[in-house]
Amino acid sequence: MTPNPYLWLIPILPLAGAAINGFFGRQSSKRAITAVALTFCGAAFAVALFIAFRFSSEAAPYYFDLAHWLRSGDFHVDFSFYLDQLSLVMMLVVTGVGFLIHIYSVGYMWDDDGYYRFMAYMNLFMFFMLTLVLAKNYLMMFIGWEGVGLASYLLIGFWFLKDSAASAGKKAFIVNRIGDFGFLIALFLMIKHFGTLDFPALFAKIQPLGVETAGAGLLTAIGLLLMVGAAGKSAQIPLYVWLPDAMEGPTPVSALIHAATMVTAGVYMVARSHVIFERAPSALTVVAIIGTLTAIFAATIGIAQTDIKKVLAYSTVSQLGYMFMACGVGAFSAGIFHLMTHAFFKGLLFLAAGSVIHGVGGEQDMRKMGGLRRYMPITFITMGIGTLAIAGIPGLAGFFSKDEILWKAYSQGSWVYWLIGVITAFITSFYMFRLMYMTFGGDYRGGSEHYEHSHNSHGHGHGDAHGHDAHGHGEPHESPWVMLAPLVILAFLSVVGGWIGIGGRFEHFLAPVFQSAPAAELAHETGGEGANQFTEKLLMGVSILAAFGGWFFAYLLYSSKPQLPARIARALGGLYEAVAHKYYIDELYAVLFVKPLIDGSTEILWHGVDQGVIDATVNNSAVAAREVSDEVRHMQSGNLRSYAGWVAAGGACVIAYMVWMGIR
Amino acid sequence: MLHLILFLFFGAICVAGAVNLLVQSHPINSALSLIVVMASLAAEYLLLGAEFVAAVQVIVYAGAIMVLFVITIMLLNAGAEQHTKGSRVAILIGVPGALIGAVLVAWTLLTRGHTGSVAMGALPGSPQDIARLLFHEFLLPFEITSVLILIAIMGAVVLASRPEAIARRHTESHQPDPLPQERQPAPQLVGSGKEH
Amino acid sequence: MVPLSYYLVLSGFLFVCGVLGFLIKRNIITIFMSIELMLNGVNLSFVAFAAQWHSLSGQIFVFFVMVVAAAEAAVGLAIIIAVYRTRETLNVDQVNLLKL
Repeated sequence: MTPNPYLWLIPILPLAGAAINGFFGRQSSKRAITAVALTFCGAAFAVALFIAFRFSSEAAPYYFDLAHWLRSGDFHVDFSFYLDQLSLVMMLVVTGVGFLIHIYSVGYMWDDDGYYRFMAYMNLFMFFMLTLVLAKNYLMMFIGWEGVGLASYLLIGFWFLKDSAASAGKKAFIVNRIGDFGFLIALFLMIKHFGTLDFPALFAKIQPLGVETAGAGLLTAIGLLLMVGAAGKSAQIPLYVWLPDAMEGPTPVSALIHAATMVTAGVYMVARSHVIFERAPSALTVVAIIGTLTAIFAATIGIAQTDIKKVLAYSTVSQLGYMFMACGVGAFSAGIFHLMTHAFFKGLLFLAAGSVIHGVGGEQDMRKMGGLRRYMPITFITMGIGTLAIAGIPGLAGFFSKDEILWKAYSQGSWVYWLIGVITAFITSFYMFRLMYMTFGGDYRGGSEHYEHSHNSHGHGHGDAHGHDAHGHGEPHESPWVMLAPLVILAFLSVVGGWIGIGGRFEHFLAPVFQSAPAAELAHETGGEGANQFTEKLLMGVSILAAFGGWFFAYLLYSSKPQLPARIARALGGLYEAVAHKYYIDELYAVLFVKPLIDGSTEILWHGVDQGVIDATVNNSAVAAREVSDEVRHMQSGNLRSYAGWVAAGGACVIAYMVWMGIR
Repeated sequence: MLHLILFLFFGAICVAGAVNLLVQSHPINSALSLIVVMASLAAEYLLLGAEFVAAVQVIVYAGAIMVLFVITIMLLNAGAEQHTKGSRVAILIGVPGALIGAVLVAWTLLTRGHTGSVAMGALPGSPQDIARLLFHEFLLPFEITSVLILIAIMGAVVLASRPEAIARRHTESHQPDPLPQERQPAPQLVGSGKEH
Repeated sequence: MVPLSYYLVLSGFLFVCGVLGFLIKRNIITIFMSIELMLNGVNLSFVAFAAQWHSLSGQIFVFFVMVVAAAEAAVGLAIIIAVYRTRETLNVDQVNLLKL
């Protein structure tokens, strides 16, 4: 391991930007705020590029110890940073996409009153996310983990005066917390049994251990608990419910945090912990199952959504499911590859959606859009590229990464994973092209209801204060270049970003990180692949078919025969209702967990303990003091003789005591 | 033997005087009984050989303090006590308390107090010895008590003087303090003794 | 030879009489005289013990007690006069307000 003195700059620079904007932003001009935010974020990106150019696989991994932190007997944890190929990829994705989204937000949030706050929070998020990916031990990662949860809460509830936004922020934070609890228990187990949280030291201790086949054991427990944390952070079943609600936040937030970076922290964590997971196959199977189920489950919900951001939200959940499926079958580098391409095209899709929303003056309901390709050509083209990428159309980024996952799922996992993955790919393509047709195709359906406040139930309303209400017109328009430039760059990356995976170059690059599989796994991996070139090509053909099939169906239902969807929905009846209402999962959680918790808190803890015991104790002791003193008051009558009487009685008691002590 | 008889004789006088103090209703009678008690105590001191103390007892206690009491009684024309509503606490709690304490002490002394005996005239020392002790080991308390007496004099003068006298002194130096007017004229200080 | 305890019993009796007088009597001056009675009882026990231990310091202490009693009597009577001026009564039960 070689030291690298520049590593610590990468998280600290955005932190400095956040501090400056946070403390001084209120009095500063918007230009100053913008300059600070972009400079520090850009500087972090520049340092990241600098380090990347000088990165050498022989010298890797790099590290840097910033300061001591905890010392307790043999256990110690420091503020240390770590850079290997995996964190290099993550770091570049986070700083690069993050910087582009910062530029975009300048345009999107310019007219908001809380502009300085937004920029400060975004920089703060960058700091925490970079701490997470550059951490050298699990505790530093946990700082970043919690910190991005905090930043997410602050940014989702950015328009905090709106009830729904504040509730969404709370929901995100609370559900994340449940996952964090699992993460913490895993940390405790690691500390107890291995005595360290430092990645190199910890993995060196775990490396010699064998595979736990019985389905139970320490590493399985740790793995499952880590997965709980990942499920919370990366919105997998059963803790995904916060991510659709998180769309209450401004669109750049959705792009950065809930598409490109924060939600991928879970995948990164699982990939980082691959040493543990490789030796706990039952935990790994759980990861794969959760990922696969989430992928198809969220995709089905996405079919029926009418809010453009909600479609993308469920799409994110589904794509994250793909990444976990990849990790679950042991193809960690495939999962990271998809993470990277997903950051490109999902970030692009969200930013483009934001451009659309901005262009139509705040409307988010796709039923009131349409025909926007004439008004917003650049947005249309870039979003189209993003859609092609996510659908897995050959040649673009999503095709390479998704196909890699599907192949690995088949060859290292089971054909069940592959089948579900293909079906999900079909559905993905379908709903993405549905989005495209509804938004950009046909004729513009909005406009007349533009000025009414009833326009959508998602309450974008007055909170979307980036000034298009001030435009005061009914016609959609293209966004300013400050918002379009990141779209173009991300579109370019969505096209070429997958090409580095051709020929297994990406996997080869990440190989030194993931080379620690126990001996049995290695044999399995190399033995299976050579004979199945034909199968691989066949399966690739199937997935291409699925992608185009989804496109065709979307074209059918939303472009050529637009009356079909309503008839199909009526025909399916209750099933459609269930899908449209997200399978009533939120309602189920409310009944199972939220309501009992709130009722229990109200009845037992509030009325019972807080009011009945604590308040009662304090109040009653005051009442008791008052009543006692009310009685004792009568002793102070002002009458000299009664005082003398008490003195005499007291003296008698003292004498009696002394006599008694003398006798004893 | 003689010692015991004399002790019992003077002790009886003492006891009688004390009881009489409690029983009498007019304060002047109580004062006179107190004088009797002090005189008999002086005799007891003599029996123990503390001549100087006995002399001082008569001169200071009986001669000065009791005279002070009698003067005050006459000055204020104190009459026999009226029976007003007293304090239940004092009677119900204080008296039994005091009696219990007394009984306990007496019992302890008589059954367990294995102290010695004193002989008649047992105390050594002449007034010169006392004086020497007073001005050597007990010089500091001696001086402090003289300060104490000074303070007592000043206090007594201030407390007992009339309010107008103080007011007059104030008007000589600065603006008069608005002292409250006396509601009734002060009673006749030179008693005509009509209420005795 | 009189046992010391006899002296102490006499002293205690005087003291108790003083306490009872304090509790029973209603005239302020009589109450004051009971205080003097208590002090006398204490003086007697001082002298008695001094006689037993052949110590002069006991007598010295008696002097100091007397001096203090004198000072206290002077000041106390002055207070009684002051109280009498405003209250017009020597009944201790009617002197039960802190305000003069």
